[in-house]
Amino acid sequence: MLPLLRHTRYVLSENPVTGLAFGLFALFVLAALLGPAVAPYSPLQTDAASALKPPSAAHWFGTDQLGRDIFSRVLIATRLDLSIAFASVVLAFALGALSGVAAGYFGGWTDIVVGRLADTIMAFPLFVLAMGIVAALGNEVINIVIATGVINFPLYARVARAEANVRRDSGFVEAARLSGNGEARVLLGHILPNIMPIMMVQMSLTMGYAILNAAGLSFIGLGVRPPAPEWGIMVAEGANFIQSGEWWIALFPGATLMMAVFCFNLLGDGLRDIIDPRQRT
Amino acid sequence: MLSLLLSRLATAIPSIIGVVIVTFMLTHLLPGDPAAYFAGLAASPQAIAEVRAKLGLDKSLPEQFIVYVHDLFTGNLGNSLSTGQSVVHEIATRLPASAELTLTALILAVAIAIPLGVLAAVKQGTWIDHLCRVVTTAGVSLPVFFTGLLLAYIFYYLLQVAPAPTGRLDAFLSPPTDITGFYVIDSILTGNLETLWGSLRQLALPAISMAIFSLAPLARMTRGSMLAILGSDFIRTARASGLAPRTVIFSYAFRNAVLPVITTLGMVFSFLLGANVLIETVFAWPGIGLYAVNALLTSDYAPVQGFVLIMAVLYIALNLTIDFVYGLVDPRVRLD
Repeated sequence: MLPLLRHTRYVLSENPVTGLAFGLFALFVLAALLGPAVAPYSPLQTDAASALKPPSAAHWFGTDQLGRDIFSRVLIATRLDLSIAFASVVLAFALGALSGVAAGYFGGWTDIVVGRLADTIMAFPLFVLAMGIVAALGNEVINIVIATGVINFPLYARVARAEANVRRDSGFVEAARLSGNGEARVLLGHILPNIMPIMMVQMSLTMGYAILNAAGLSFIGLGVRPPAPEWGIMVAEGANFIQSGEWWIALFPGATLMMAVFCFNLLGDGLRDIIDPRQRT
Repeated sequence: MLSLLLSRLATAIPSIIGVVIVTFMLTHLLPGDPAAYFAGLAASPQAIAEVRAKLGLDKSLPEQFIVYVHDLFTGNLGNSLSTGQSVVHEIATRLPASAELTLTALILAVAIAIPLGVLAAVKQGTWIDHLCRVVTTAGVSLPVFFTGLLLAYIFYYLLQVAPAPTGRLDAFLSPPTDITGFYVIDSILTGNLETLWGSLRQLALPAISMAIFSLAPLARMTRGSMLAILGSDFIRTARASGLAPRTVIFSYAFRNAVLPVITTLGMVFSFLLGANVLIETVFAWPGIGLYAVNALLTSDYAPVQGFVLIMAVLYIALNLTIDFVYGLVDPRVRLD
């Protein structure tokens, strides 16, 4: 544990941007947890008198066409956006890691079926497939999670397969098998924990993409429905006002979305440097 | 050459089969009643029953699949509810608009990303290397619909140098004679300079937004593979033999480094085809992405399913082309 901490400190001092990403991450988590409690206004409270006002001391990010406070809406949307992304990443991990580890460990038919499934998903432009899935399953938030999880599944399956394949004849696996563990136990109790660090990096790297994907789907009107505060929908609402110069409605949710994706991408790179130094760029 | 082409074509067949099965599943196997979907929201039970019989949904699943595949082979993707036109026709008329936008974005992205990546690798650790890193990290983090809006705000509203972000051509200009369907090429062919200028101006902002989003993986891969090649023995030998730096970088290093970049193009196309939908929505670009989004909003499902299938087939075709080009560029691939 100590060498890992020392290495983490080294990576952080080497690359201050990673430290920044961790700070930003903490901020987003805090906003997701406390958002509704600390937001100055209700996200749904309309106020015709103060509609379309630019940022001011009372409304830091201005107000939208219905007079709702954009700062409160952006803040409160954090929980929904991060939850969708996180749930979809967990789903992709559950599907991908289990099937990938099994494919790499057993080989043969399992490998062929999992590989074929992953290839078929990868044969679609991913965002387009996500659109198709949400359109078919119905316009619900849970279906955004499913669609985003499914399109990310091949990435996890491939990494897990490769890593499990390398380890299937290694010493600790042989030892586990010799001491009488069943196949399932070897797989879930020995190989899976062993590849967890690499999967964690993958999760962090795909988190940014998952946020982008979910926001993109809501931007075109899939999944989250107005008036629920969500970054993608807020940008879509603001899009109608860009041409008349009311920039703040789209800019603040859009910029927050960008910061969130940026933060997770940097975090993923940083985690990879810490956990898997060979992959450093 | 021919055998290379055939072997590549053969690898695409499983993908095509997979794609057809998945799109079939998206239409037929899902919770809810597809007949109700296709009949629309306000349909009466009788209308739904009619649609069910018409779509063959009262048959067994394998039978339905055979009908579906037969329809595909005869080029039938169903009809759009809102316009009553066949989906194939609607998509075919809109495809050139999307293709023009996507290809322009790709050309822009390649034209910026490859020189940037090469320069970043050659001048490692200098400002251009840092610029490359910022561009690649920021590029993938920018939501493409947000970039589009931002550019529209800056260049249309603030600076007033760009035209209104709606459509392929200003309302005062008439589209060029339809030859290829690409406004830029058609207006060049017909010598219509006014339309050429008009269509280029409309094309600029959406294409740039998409290029920013997709150049990141290209630049990152170019830099990485150039660095790896520049550190290898044969480059050291070439340098030691006194070859000009230009020859070493371009004839020796770049020709080898470009191979992984070509492979990355597959991923870039996946990004671009997805970004295409969002950007067409932002700029009211009359392509297949906007068509699919409008169909989605009116719960008109046949166009959406047709769109997903056609995008997937296009993507497979693009990947096939990339594979084939890779085979042509890298002589080693042809041996196996």
